[in-house]
Amino acid sequence: MKALALEVPSRRALILLALAFVAVLVAPFFVNDYLLTILIVIFYFAYTAQAWNIMMGFAGQLSLGHALYVGLGAYTTAALYVHFGVAPWVGLPLAIAISALTGAFIGFLAFRFSIAGVYFAILTIAFAEFARIGFDHFNWVGGSAGFFLPVANYTSNDLWTLRGRPIMFYYVMLVFTLAALVLCHLLLKSRIGYFWQAIREDEEAARALGIDTFRYKMIAVVLSAGMTSIAGVFFAFYYNNLFPEQVFHISRSIELILAPIIGGIGTLFGPIIGAFLLTGLAESIFELMSAFGWTPPGAKQVFYGLCLLVVVLLLPEGVWPPLARKLGLDKPSSDKPEA
Amino acid sequence: MPVEIYLNVAVSGLLTGLVYGLMALGLSVIFGVVRVVNFAHGEMMTIAMYLAVVLFASFKLDPLVMMVPIAGVLFALGYVMQAGLINPFINRPEHSQFILLVAIAIIIVNALLIIFGPDARNVQTAYAFDSFAIGPIIIDATKTYAGLAAIAVAAALFAFFQFAPLGKAIRACADNYTGALVVGLDVHRLYALTFGLGAACVGAAGAMLVLIIDVTPPLGPAFTLLAFIIVITGGLGSMPGALLGGILIGVTEAMAGLFFAPSAKSMFAFAILVLVLLFRPQGILGRRLT
Amino acid sequence: MALLEVSGVSKNFSGLRAVQEVSFAVPEGVIFAVIGPNGAGKTTLFNMIAGVFPPNEGTITFAGERIDGHAPDEVCRRGIGRTFQLVRPFPALTVEENVIVGALLHRQHVEAARQRAHEVLRQLDLFDKRAQRASALTLPDRKRLEVARALATDPKLLLLDEVMAGLRPTETDRMVDIFRTLNRETGLTILLIEHVMRAVMALASRVLVLHHGAAIAEGKPEAVVREPAVVQSYLGAEAI
Repeated sequence: MKALALEVPSRRALILLALAFVAVLVAPFFVNDYLLTILIVIFYFAYTAQAWNIMMGFAGQLSLGHALYVGLGAYTTAALYVHFGVAPWVGLPLAIAISALTGAFIGFLAFRFSIAGVYFAILTIAFAEFARIGFDHFNWVGGSAGFFLPVANYTSNDLWTLRGRPIMFYYVMLVFTLAALVLCHLLLKSRIGYFWQAIREDEEAARALGIDTFRYKMIAVVLSAGMTSIAGVFFAFYYNNLFPEQVFHISRSIELILAPIIGGIGTLFGPIIGAFLLTGLAESIFELMSAFGWTPPGAKQVFYGLCLLVVVLLLPEGVWPPLARKLGLDKPSSDKPEA
Repeated sequence: MPVEIYLNVAVSGLLTGLVYGLMALGLSVIFGVVRVVNFAHGEMMTIAMYLAVVLFASFKLDPLVMMVPIAGVLFALGYVMQAGLINPFINRPEHSQFILLVAIAIIIVNALLIIFGPDARNVQTAYAFDSFAIGPIIIDATKTYAGLAAIAVAAALFAFFQFAPLGKAIRACADNYTGALVVGLDVHRLYALTFGLGAACVGAAGAMLVLIIDVTPPLGPAFTLLAFIIVITGGLGSMPGALLGGILIGVTEAMAGLFFAPSAKSMFAFAILVLVLLFRPQGILGRRLT
Repeated sequence: MALLEVSGVSKNFSGLRAVQEVSFAVPEGVIFAVIGPNGAGKTTLFNMIAGVFPPNEGTITFAGERIDGHAPDEVCRRGIGRTFQLVRPFPALTVEENVIVGALLHRQHVEAARQRAHEVLRQLDLFDKRAQRASALTLPDRKRLEVARALATDPKLLLLDEVMAGLRPTETDRMVDIFRTLNRETGLTILLIEHVMRAVMALASRVLVLHHGAAIAEGKPEAVVREPAVVQSYLGAEAI
């Protein structure tokens, strides 16, 4: 699980990166409405993938309940907007704070009491389930009947209240994803990035080198939780309805982790590549099946499951690292050290 | 409320809990020996449940009677899964194994969804509405039979591990992998056998459970989680612990359903999980983890 | 006052007395060896000094302050570096990155840590392999990486747990040379557990012998290895 934090990226890599950047920037003007919604979903998963990756890929803590943070972010900002007219960007800091605190609580419970590995994963599932059932009874935000944001036909885009056409949401999600990418890049190369990777590789050895593993694991969890809640804001204002049964469901948590696992845990671009690959393939196959008139519910999930199976059996590092090697992107352009 | 109601609910919960316990026993056996976290455990149970539904719907065969063949089918499934897919993963990092089973679980749940649709199914036998009266307590006949069957299967399993040479060989693998290899045990085959046995437990439990509750595809993940909570609460690697944990959860859920909204009863299971993980992570009957 | 003072330290594991009231002092700048047959309690002693678990009795003082019962990361921050008997490199990271992790303990910036890492890698003769993944190294290289990583944390005291095990004589001599140089040039204090007597005789100026958890001899290496109790512990009573 080597982090491909290229210090001096090769010219080839830089060119590819620039091309990709331009492509995503102008994409909305070249695709139809349907494809645009697909792209929005891709970037949503690319963003959440990176947030999850910080906890798992960098710090080595497997969370299977990340939908919890999406839901907390979604419900907080939605409630503030619907009940008090507070704009989502103003509500965002509170949403992040609530998610971060929840993450801190779970992290503290887990790390103070040495709950790790599978036990930690189960703990995260339990908390997400707890929220799902809890919010089902939380009537101030609609309970199990759902919470709804006012929707109208939008001709103009209001970025402040996130009311508008899909193209606005596309750019919002794109900016989030790019910002997350830059953040992850900086983190990986930083002191904390090194400490995280050490903890991920061998926590006891890391402690023997003076690293306060509790502290850095907590930071990873809190950061990941806070970042994920921002996706929740998007979720609420894009879909305009929230049902605890869906938002906090374990399927959401699992969808979230498919992209980074398939793309490549712990790498910089893996999660994004994974999101493109997974959603792109899924939608294509779904289109194909629709053409034949066979669209059973659950078919998409079976496809996801098969992808996951194939990757875990044949491509343990994910799709991106072998792909990057094939494309020759992992060789720095500086002078090689003397053999 | 009169005491009888509490007693009735508690006994009902206890019986259902025994079936939960049997299901969790399968998980405990698998984890205790093969050291693999079977995240597809509940999903395997739903396969058994649907199998029972189909057999009953098509041939009017009582699930309790079909329990053995169903368990047999699940045994085969488990054996093949371990031998074919999981054995190569023994030495891979923990999260890889976990994700492999998550993938299998996803495929099972959604395949069942495609085949059977989202509607609830169950099995209503001729004695579905019978009950026994013991003093002030009234117990469901189906729950009684299910509970007794669960005890019988669990006892058979204990006996197997305690007395049968194959059972002892499996325990040897669990205690000391290298040692078992050194004395010539075919560990991989024993692992496959163990997974098969665990799956058979789950199969039997499913055949019983379908008499008590309805089955839908999403039941799978819910029961996987429940199985883990039971095993962790009762003690990883402890067979009596799994049954004890099952009873505890069964009774708690039943009582919680009485005092609070029925939909909230799972929250208590989670609360128990968190408490156990915090204060006694090895579980009630588990051995202390080093 | 010595750099490290171990005083009346004992450790029990469920009724087994692994270490029994061991006391010794390691003056600054000295290379001190702890030897003894297998099961003598050497690694248990080490683990207590390194903070892996606390002693049941006794105290451990480092640079004048109590460290017994402190967590391993705290102990390292105070200035004690350690290696593991079964080496534990960070497999997915390169040699350079492994050492940078160590160097970052007392440095805030990765560049500064990289400079220090290069310095240490040169001392341990691993500079040329710095871009290789740790998982691809041979055992002797991994052992040197383990030492380099611990050294990068700028310890005042280095704990070496059977660092010569599994090395051929030429490699052992190379390691001995490296430690001698470090000790001479930087004044690094070294406490080592060792079975390889060649290394002990070449490096240590003081030796402590443990047997069944108790200290049975201490002094200059040449004197200690000739003591009857020591010979008996290694070879059995018949050998005398």
